[in-house]
Amino acid sequence: MKLWRKPLDSDEKKPPQGRVHILIERCKGCGFCITYCPKDVLESSPDFNRRGYHPPVVVHPERCVNCGLCTIICAEFAIWTTPVEEPQPQPQT
Amino acid sequence: MITEQETHPLDDLLRVDRIPHIWCPTCGLGIVLNSFLTAVRESGIPREDIVVVSGIGCTGRAAGYVNLDSFHTTHGRALPFATGLKLGNPRLKVVVISGDGDLVAIGGNHLIHTARRNMDMTVVCVNNFNYAMTGGQFGPTTPKGARLTTAPYGSYEHPFNIPFLVDSCGATYVARWTVLHIRQLTESIKEALVHPGFSFIEVISPCPTVYGRRNQLGSGLDIVKYYRDNSIVRNDIDTRECEIEYQGKIIVGRFVQKRKPTYLETMNEYLRQSVGEGFVPYQGPMDDGD
Repeated sequence: MKLWRKPLDSDEKKPPQGRVHILIERCKGCGFCITYCPKDVLESSPDFNRRGYHPPVVVHPERCVNCGLCTIICAEFAIWTTPVEEPQPQPQT
Repeated sequence: MITEQETHPLDDLLRVDRIPHIWCPTCGLGIVLNSFLTAVRESGIPREDIVVVSGIGCTGRAAGYVNLDSFHTTHGRALPFATGLKLGNPRLKVVVISGDGDLVAIGGNHLIHTARRNMDMTVVCVNNFNYAMTGGQFGPTTPKGARLTTAPYGSYEHPFNIPFLVDSCGATYVARWTVLHIRQLTESIKEALVHPGFSFIEVISPCPTVYGRRNQLGSGLDIVKYYRDNSIVRNDIDTRECEIEYQGKIIVGRFVQKRKPTYLETMNEYLRQSVGEGFVPYQGPMDDGD
């Protein structure tokens, strides 16, 4: 998403960061998560899983904002995201 | 050393030993199940209080995949079974997850009477416009013009408008979503779980293997893209206006939400008036271990 101006509080606040987990052997390669990821984090892997499907692979891990759409759109319960906690800045004494 | 717990957040609500399920790739049924389990998790209802009942068909397998009390009943008889279950123990949250063939075709009579009585239960009806598990026969929800195994030149019957059917019979919560409206669907199931009375949610789901292939609609991804481009959200409209035409616009939304006495409330109130003050309202089995 492109912003037409820089948010005033962009120094203090950052978008949340997520991490994608994939259970490769559960995937049936339907492609819902790849198509509907709003941040285009995923791509179809050239490799096969044990059942012959192409599971998704994370190509832009830094873009994930932990929106959880892939978690709820996955028909196979094979993908989910968890929040990544940013290290808190230490207060200066 | 960092060890990761590689289990899906919904794994405790699933019978993981039954996963992967039998549903085809790009079928919407897994999304409906995911949405239902997310709604159960977020609603905070204890899992001991929820019972899932299914009939026969592709959607009928849903009861076998949830790690809740669940019943896989005979064809079309999910609703009378669920009615008995609810009357046996009114404290249970009874949820019926079944397909259009099971609920509206062979179970059609049960559907109208369960809606008429305003039985306190939630029905998730997954509509994929055909009998998918038995090879793709056309059914009462097949849109006019859609080709299927038993309608090679296209179906010429007028299909059911299911929200209008259940609304006119007396359902007090009626909604329709496609599998792509996941967040709305999850919210709707959450609302329906706490709604007193007959709550009915129709979910339009792609069937790429039979319906999509027979009608050359492309893959499941293409069908879902068509849903995204052609669905219109219109809440609180007259349910007569939400007919589905073949490859036409799909009107989705929450159409009806009203409060009416449920079957047990009506029964207790009526009998209290007829029998008199000595009548003890039926609350279900007692907790004394009988």
